[in-house]
Amino acid sequence: MKPILQAEGLRKSYQGVKAVADVSLTVSAGELVALIGPNGAGKSTCFNMLSGQIRPDGGRILIAGTETTGLQPSDIFRLGVGRTFQVAQTCLSMTVRENVQLALQSRHGGLRGVRTLLSRFDRRFAAEADALLDLIGLAPQANRPCHELPYGDIKRLELAIALAGAPRLLLMDEPAAGMGSEERAGLMRLTAAIARERQLAVLFTEHDMDIVFSHADRIIVLSRGTIIAQGSPSDVRAHPGVQAVYLGTGIFAIGDP
Amino acid sequence: MTRLSTLAALLLGLSTTSQSLAADIKIGEINSYSGLPAFTEPYRKGWQMAVDEINAAGGIRGDTLVVISRDDNGKPGDAITAANELVAREGVVMLTGSFFSNVGLALGDFARQKKVFYLAGEPLTDAMVWSKGNDYTFRLRPSNYVQAAMLAEEAAKLPAKRWATIAPNYEYGQSAVAVFKELLKKARPDVEFVGEQWPPQGKIDAGSVAQAVEATKPDAILNVTFGADLVKLVREGTTRGLFRDRAVVSFLTGEPEYLDPLQADAPQGWIVTGYPWYGIDTPAHKAFLDAYKARYNDYPRLGSIVGYALVKSAAAILTKAKSTDTADLIAAARGIAVDTPFGPITFRAADHQSTLGAFVGKTAVRDGKGVMVDFTYRSGNDVLPAEADAAKLRP
Amino acid sequence: MSVELYVVQFLTGLANAASLFLVACGLSLIFGVTRIVNFAHGAFYMLGAYLAYSLTIRWQTPVGFWLALLVAAAIVAVLGAVIEILLLRRLYRAPELLQLLATFGLTLMAEDAVRLIWGPEDLVGPRAAGLSGAMTVLGRPMPVYDFVLILLGPAVLGLLWLLLHRSRWGLLIRAATEDRDMVGALGVNQTWLFTGVFALGVFLAAFGGGLQIPRDAVSHVMDLSIITEVFVVVVIGGLGSLTGAFLAAIIVAELNAFGILILPGISLVLTFLIMALVLVLRPFGLLGKPLAQSRTLSHRIHGAWQPLGGVGRSAALAILICAALLPLVLGEYGLGVASEVLIAVIFAASLQFLMSVAGLDSFGHAAGLGLGAYGAALSVQHFGLSMEAALLIGPLASALFAAIAGWFCVRLSSIYFAMLTLAFAQIVWSIAFQWVEVTGGDNGIVGVWPSAWASGATAYYWLTLGCTTAVVLLTRHLTFSPFGYALRALRDSPLRAAAIGISRQPVQHAAFVISAFLAGLAGVLFAFLKGSVFPDTLGIGTSVDGLIMVLLGGFGTVSGSVAGAIVYKMASIWLISNTDFPRLILGGLIVLLVLVFPLGIVGTLQQALAGRLLAGNASVRGRT
Repeated sequence: MKPILQAEGLRKSYQGVKAVADVSLTVSAGELVALIGPNGAGKSTCFNMLSGQIRPDGGRILIAGTETTGLQPSDIFRLGVGRTFQVAQTCLSMTVRENVQLALQSRHGGLRGVRTLLSRFDRRFAAEADALLDLIGLAPQANRPCHELPYGDIKRLELAIALAGAPRLLLMDEPAAGMGSEERAGLMRLTAAIARERQLAVLFTEHDMDIVFSHADRIIVLSRGTIIAQGSPSDVRAHPGVQAVYLGTGIFAIGDP
Repeated sequence: MTRLSTLAALLLGLSTTSQSLAADIKIGEINSYSGLPAFTEPYRKGWQMAVDEINAAGGIRGDTLVVISRDDNGKPGDAITAANELVAREGVVMLTGSFFSNVGLALGDFARQKKVFYLAGEPLTDAMVWSKGNDYTFRLRPSNYVQAAMLAEEAAKLPAKRWATIAPNYEYGQSAVAVFKELLKKARPDVEFVGEQWPPQGKIDAGSVAQAVEATKPDAILNVTFGADLVKLVREGTTRGLFRDRAVVSFLTGEPEYLDPLQADAPQGWIVTGYPWYGIDTPAHKAFLDAYKARYNDYPRLGSIVGYALVKSAAAILTKAKSTDTADLIAAARGIAVDTPFGPITFRAADHQSTLGAFVGKTAVRDGKGVMVDFTYRSGNDVLPAEADAAKLRP
Repeated sequence: MSVELYVVQFLTGLANAASLFLVACGLSLIFGVTRIVNFAHGAFYMLGAYLAYSLTIRWQTPVGFWLALLVAAAIVAVLGAVIEILLLRRLYRAPELLQLLATFGLTLMAEDAVRLIWGPEDLVGPRAAGLSGAMTVLGRPMPVYDFVLILLGPAVLGLLWLLLHRSRWGLLIRAATEDRDMVGALGVNQTWLFTGVFALGVFLAAFGGGLQIPRDAVSHVMDLSIITEVFVVVVIGGLGSLTGAFLAAIIVAELNAFGILILPGISLVLTFLIMALVLVLRPFGLLGKPLAQSRTLSHRIHGAWQPLGGVGRSAALAILICAALLPLVLGEYGLGVASEVLIAVIFAASLQFLMSVAGLDSFGHAAGLGLGAYGAALSVQHFGLSMEAALLIGPLASALFAAIAGWFCVRLSSIYFAMLTLAFAQIVWSIAFQWVEVTGGDNGIVGVWPSAWASGATAYYWLTLGCTTAVVLLTRHLTFSPFGYALRALRDSPLRAAAIGISRQPVQHAAFVISAFLAGLAGVLFAFLKGSVFPDTLGIGTSVDGLIMVLLGGFGTVSGSVAGAIVYKMASIWLISNTDFPRLILGGLIVLLVLVFPLGIVGTLQQALAGRLLAGNASVRGRT
């Protein structure tokens, strides 16, 4: 299968310290890939390079065959990339529906040019927004101001916003952070189902190994800026290098039965 | 609650007109009371004294003279608002006052547009009566040109050939320097101007300026700075030896408003224009001085003279005019003679400038205070261009 | 010119830098820890000078002089602490701009207060006993006092460094500057840490004021003359960085000292040119770091904005009809005031669009108004165009300038954006002030009166009302257009906005230009109302007026500034014509409003209404 996301030899240093050194990875359509590693392994740097927030020192990134290295996040969106953040990023001064509508507008080119000044915002794409909210179970909240929502709902709203861009690739930075354990599992199940149904490529980072090992199709393990292992959950679990990195952190103990 | 009642008061205040007695003649007065209290407070004392004297002597042909005074916040825009209030709501028959040149010009143009009589007090800019003069605007104080002419005359007598100038960086400073240069060059073709400094008003970097002027090795210096800038310049310049063995000619420095704050730091031997209230022994001034001191237990500043003479002039015009119509006021004001503490003056018919003059003398320090010595009074008549020539300067 | 001159000029510059640094480091310290943008810093400087004056004229001995300075600074520091406890402590969670507004109110009060206590005249204190003479450097005399200042600057920097790096208190201050949550984690009583830092900053400002006694006259305008310069120094150095402030003070003072040797008229604009240049090249100043996400955002939000519903529209229409009928009750003066108020409404609405919708706090909005006014005045005066043409040319002039300046400004954010707008506005101001041949300089341009059909008070009022209605409707329309939503997304969450394909700079740039265009319209109307234009329309005071009107109305609202402008303008006109101490009263009112109605007039009303609705029927969320 042809990969949606393809990164080759990514490198990034901060003041001479290598944060990411020579990382190459691929994610294919319909595949959930987890990027894990202990704190400081370079997950966030890697992630931010893929989404365009940080410019890599070297290497290249292809999304659906188009080179995106050095592009701005707003340009990368147009290539079909949806993004959620570790600390959820939504527009708190808008209603839940408006948050989704805005992303829909943007996807349909509605946020460029003089037309954006002349038209009214509110009635456009309302039906599509409601359909997406229905999909993630936020339809009853559609008219609520976003800042009134509990954090778990905001995290789900982020997913709806990301989906509104009709992405081929979802980049999710700790999608379950800050949620209760029931909610976490629910959100990941939902994500997995949508990804399979719509044939999305999903790359996510996560600290909760339980989530990682029960939902990821494939796991990539970073340590000190390089990939030390990748493969199916069981392969990775058995990998001696991974165990060495995580030894003593107790992380493996949490999810194991 | 408070907000509501304030709003209500404001709305009411806008829609009602204040009542007045039929026998009042109201004139409007506008000045920068909150912004420039050091100048406008003595000025207010001056005009208040004049109002009381006039009314005690029977008012304007039996009617009581009432001055309605407004603050302009130091801004031309606010002065126009105040002028509108005075004319449209209070029904004053003429406008008077203002300190800043830009406020004066704005009021002068307002007078032209609304066909109201305006008697300006302090604004110094020559444009008031010349390049931007109009039929409705008259001015009391000796202008920038007059001050420059008096000082240039004295400067021409000095042996100095190399001159440097220090002036605040705005229209007043620029035109003061320009006129002085022109007049001095005319009298003394051999002088040259070797350096100029344009510190921002109120923000002079006195040490650097003094040093920069010193570097041009001038024989003499023209100063146009005043207020806090003057204090800084005098202190830094004196310590750094800038004024040693150099003649200094300085605008307005002899006015108590500027000289008194300097106290013992006052410069010595500068040639200045000003107001030596302590040394003028004409009967007219003595009467004014005694009355002022008795009333306020304070000595007058130049502002007191301006305020006093301004209202006296207004009263003279009103008394002479057939009616309070603007046209009659203008007719009455042209060429009118008024007695002031500085002696009789006239408002010239050709350019509406009064012939009020200034004292030119030298500064000295006496009993730890700056004073003017060896001064003479120079009437505006002596230095103003002839009326026919001045008329050509008007649009 | 000789080497000696350069050396002495350099030393003079260092002496000036010292006093600048002293005031600036206090401001920077306060900002670093408490994030308060302390506009009142200049007022504390002024109070320090006044108190020091009173003490130094009594204690004229070498020891007495320095004791007087320290005692004066200590008294002012105590006053600062009291103000911090009574006022600022309630505002730490409030948006930065409210703090700015409150401290601005304090400044106004201080100006009138010193007039009441010390009288209106400039005061000249004694020279420092024992230090009044000159020392010869390379054959040129220099005041001994300047050498004291030259040594004092680094000494204070050194002492502060020791305090910050060698004491537990200093550790806490540094921690608070870098990471506020960490201080909480250390179990420190933040409240008293803030009070202490504020008092220390005020002490430094007041001491800096006292140091001016032997060089400067003490007057009630010295606060404003120092505050902008000090802000510039702090911003050039990088907010929160003491070393940066030190470096910036030296750069500004030295460039000034040498600048006047080459171009004597430069000092008016030099500091702002430097600031603009530094900010364009280094968006966070020389040694500053990116600021953490500002708290301002979360506080702007009070429910999701919605277009007016049926009731709201009817009410707005009713207000409009009442406004249109005002000429029936008001006389010429009343209509003049009403026109002036409406012009303020346009100005405030244009600024609110930029601040509330786009989240861009401009400190230089006066440039929009002033350029509109000058554009109109110049086209009438120099090209003989009509008022009708000027109504278009003025706003276009503003928009054109905004297109250029905005290109640089939108590259920055938060306070740095604000300071760059201020720099551009000041540069424009100084051009209007100095280019006498074209602009008339300080004497302005007069004779800018309306066309005959609009010259009556009623006609002009209706013209203004028409423009105002159009502007308010337009800003509301834009707020609820896709463009407005894109702006709000950028304001609410830059990361989210980028992730859904909104590129920040072009969108914000467009908002900047639109806002300037509308402010320019206010400027044109102002010029024709007053018949004249002067540089003060471009001045800092005009920008501050705009900020106050928006904050007073409520900057979490779409059009609260309409109410803010009406109340503020009417109050200030009334105060000027009816009181002797308008600043004291206006300042007091501002402080009170910030404390009692931090959401602004309309914001508070909305909250009260929303509260009632929620209490009555929780399901009422009227969509339009």
